[in-house]
Amino acid sequence: MTVEIKTMDFEPKRHTFGHVARRIGGDKPASRYQEATLDVQATENFHYRPLWEPEFWHYDTGKTKVVMEDWYKPLDPRQYYYATYNIARANMNQSVERNFTFVEDKNLLGKLSDELKQKLIIGLIPARHVHWGSNMNTSEMCQRGYGTAFTAPCMFSAGDHLGMAQIVSRIGLELDGQTGNGLDKAKDAWMNDKAWQGIRKLVENTLVQRDFFELFVAQVLGINGVILEAIYNGLDDAWGEASLPISMLSEFMNDWQKEEARWSHSTIKIVAAESAENKAIVSAWASDWINRAEDALRTYTAAIAGDENIAKTYADKERVTAKSLGLEI
Amino acid sequence: MAPTKKMGIKQKYAHLTRGLDWETTYEKMDDVFPYDKFEGIKITDWSKWEDPFRLTMDSYWKFQAEKERKLYAVIDAFAQNNGQTNISDARYVNVLKLFLTGISPEEYQAHRGFAFTGRHLRGVGPRVACQQQSLDELRHFQTQCHTISHFNKFFNGLSEFRTMHDRVFYLSVPKSFFDDARTAGPFEFMIAIGFAFEYVLTNLLFVPFMSGAAYNGDMSTVTFGFSAQSDESRHMTLGIEVIKFLLEQHPDNLPIVQEWVDKWFWRGFRLLGLVSMMMDYMLPKKVMSWKEAWEIYFVEAGGSLFKDLERYGLKMPKYHEQATEACEHISHQLYGLLYQLSHVTGLHAWMPDDEHMDWLSEKYPNTFDKYYRPRFELWKQQEAEGKRFYYNGLLQLCHTCQLPMTFTEPDDPTTTCFRESEYEGQHYHFCSDGCKDIFDREPEKYISSWLPIQQIFQGNCGGPTIPDVLAYYMFGPNDGGEYVGSEDNKLWESWKNATTKEAAE
Repeated sequence: MTVEIKTMDFEPKRHTFGHVARRIGGDKPASRYQEATLDVQATENFHYRPLWEPEFWHYDTGKTKVVMEDWYKPLDPRQYYYATYNIARANMNQSVERNFTFVEDKNLLGKLSDELKQKLIIGLIPARHVHWGSNMNTSEMCQRGYGTAFTAPCMFSAGDHLGMAQIVSRIGLELDGQTGNGLDKAKDAWMNDKAWQGIRKLVENTLVQRDFFELFVAQVLGINGVILEAIYNGLDDAWGEASLPISMLSEFMNDWQKEEARWSHSTIKIVAAESAENKAIVSAWASDWINRAEDALRTYTAAIAGDENIAKTYADKERVTAKSLGLEI
Repeated sequence: MAPTKKMGIKQKYAHLTRGLDWETTYEKMDDVFPYDKFEGIKITDWSKWEDPFRLTMDSYWKFQAEKERKLYAVIDAFAQNNGQTNISDARYVNVLKLFLTGISPEEYQAHRGFAFTGRHLRGVGPRVACQQQSLDELRHFQTQCHTISHFNKFFNGLSEFRTMHDRVFYLSVPKSFFDDARTAGPFEFMIAIGFAFEYVLTNLLFVPFMSGAAYNGDMSTVTFGFSAQSDESRHMTLGIEVIKFLLEQHPDNLPIVQEWVDKWFWRGFRLLGLVSMMMDYMLPKKVMSWKEAWEIYFVEAGGSLFKDLERYGLKMPKYHEQATEACEHISHQLYGLLYQLSHVTGLHAWMPDDEHMDWLSEKYPNTFDKYYRPRFELWKQQEAEGKRFYYNGLLQLCHTCQLPMTFTEPDDPTTTCFRESEYEGQHYHFCSDGCKDIFDREPEKYISSWLPIQQIFQGNCGGPTIPDVLAYYMFGPNDGGEYVGSEDNKLWESWKNATTKEAAE
């Protein structure tokens, strides 16, 4: 038996917008991701040259050396549009809250020795500045990039990095008894301690990068893939008895890395596969920024973990990833 | 050692945002922020910035996710229950056409523009607020697109909104407005969009459309409106904070800011002309007249806002009296134009019925019967004789706002206003003093305007004939023209008949 509610029948005249239909092979129901993304950015008949950069239009494919026949080829496998993005992050953040509550209830950070707390403040908390630099970079990719398929997820990443910078800051506040002194100390370390200077220089070098896709490669394969990956996964021994609560409180970052890479890696793969020229350019960028990240990381891990090899391990891992994306390293 | 005091919320938020930033040393700050000096704005101390709202990303995700869950539930229910059959009349869909082709793509431009200021303002406080606004603006584009998507399945004139936005003559009005803001420096963008648009004028844009939706049974769009309200409040707070901050930072900023306020007020006023026509003529169930909206939201609310800003030396925008005076006229002038041109637009037009004209007489006692009713009566007569009037020439456009030269002299509603400037041996034409001033201040910027009519003459719009141009605009055969007898009209009648029949059975 079935229950059938009688309704009036309304035959739709069309199923989606014209520009979407032309991309998905005809008039058929389109997904919300497709309607929210495909061909959204204006492409022609611009009125004025930007006062701040008259050599380009404000939307201009010339702002990167790589050439795409169509910037809507690199789509987001996560199919994020604003609603699904925010809902996914709100869900991830629920575990962040649970983890903080757990760590606070068990006093897992509070009971650490002062020595270890200081070590974390100096060795881990400055990572919030790495996220902040990354937030600047991903905002830049959104404003400077071309095509909504590429630029919208960049802005989502900007929100993510700000969010992660704030999670790291909260860990800092757990360590300093909610006074903010630890955050000040961490910033001092970021500015002055030898351990962080390679990483800070690397991040600052990316902040002046004007080619939006080189910036993307530097961010994804250099900063995300080598630096942040190593900071959150490579230092368990150095953190000692703090390693468990720290892994709990950085669960968001690890989940995020895996999830974001589905999009960012696929984008690199598609752009490199477009032409032999693109492949050569992207490969050169990848080699360069992974090398620079490795150098930067070496000073850090040597100082924090007393182990220079961690840098090589993580850089090599990223080289393997880059090769799997079709790059020649 | 004395126990250290725990932080208050304000201090904690400061740690979670501005504490993240640092003065770069391996690269010069001027290379990291290359665009925030050329406009001449002087900032002596960014730390004086007061965060207008304190929203960490975890709270942002939480609030916004909750709002999105609710909104999409309504959008889904609206589609499932064929909510499009419950609107007041299919004429209402014209409002959505105007919105989707003219406004939604600008939400997108705002998204990219706030990404620009969210990266390139040197102060970290405003940067974070701008980034959240960038995300919000993307939300607004996407949710509008999803909301109106359902109407697109049944009605014409919505399907090619993206291409139309880049090409169609009257859509160059909003497009050039936002291109102008996007190509300005970061501070001007903040005054143009953050202050003038989002603060001074938002109630004249957002409220008419959303209240119009509410009055006309479009539950889907009005739910979007409610859902976006808290975003809009945040944007307004940011807009007002920006202007106060700039004015407090250095006295040299005042003349620059005043010029921007003058410019963007006038540009915004011209853009809102499209809204005036929508409010007075397109909504089957009226919310209020354009003139009433202007009185409430600009004359009263705007007046007290500028009163408040007087202490910084800021004056009411130049030509505000002209704008207020023009509110007696612009909706009638623009709809009159649309009536004659609807066959070359993606919009429908129709003759207001007697009841509607009486409403206009009541709302515009000084002008409607005297200047505009006679025109409509003449056209009505022509319709009755089977000779509905269409204008078949090409119109001259104002070089700045890109609206046709249809507005009248400030003190003489019977004479069309023409202004002219010469720059490097070329002549440029304007619809008003306000638009001429804007050009004269930055002629080198405005000479490159993509003026749709000139582009047609230059052969850049598909070809030399009207059908060529309409094909280039991607207008379907049933997108525009007279509403009565249109496909949309017939479809609507068939639904109404079916409902009546079902009810009778």
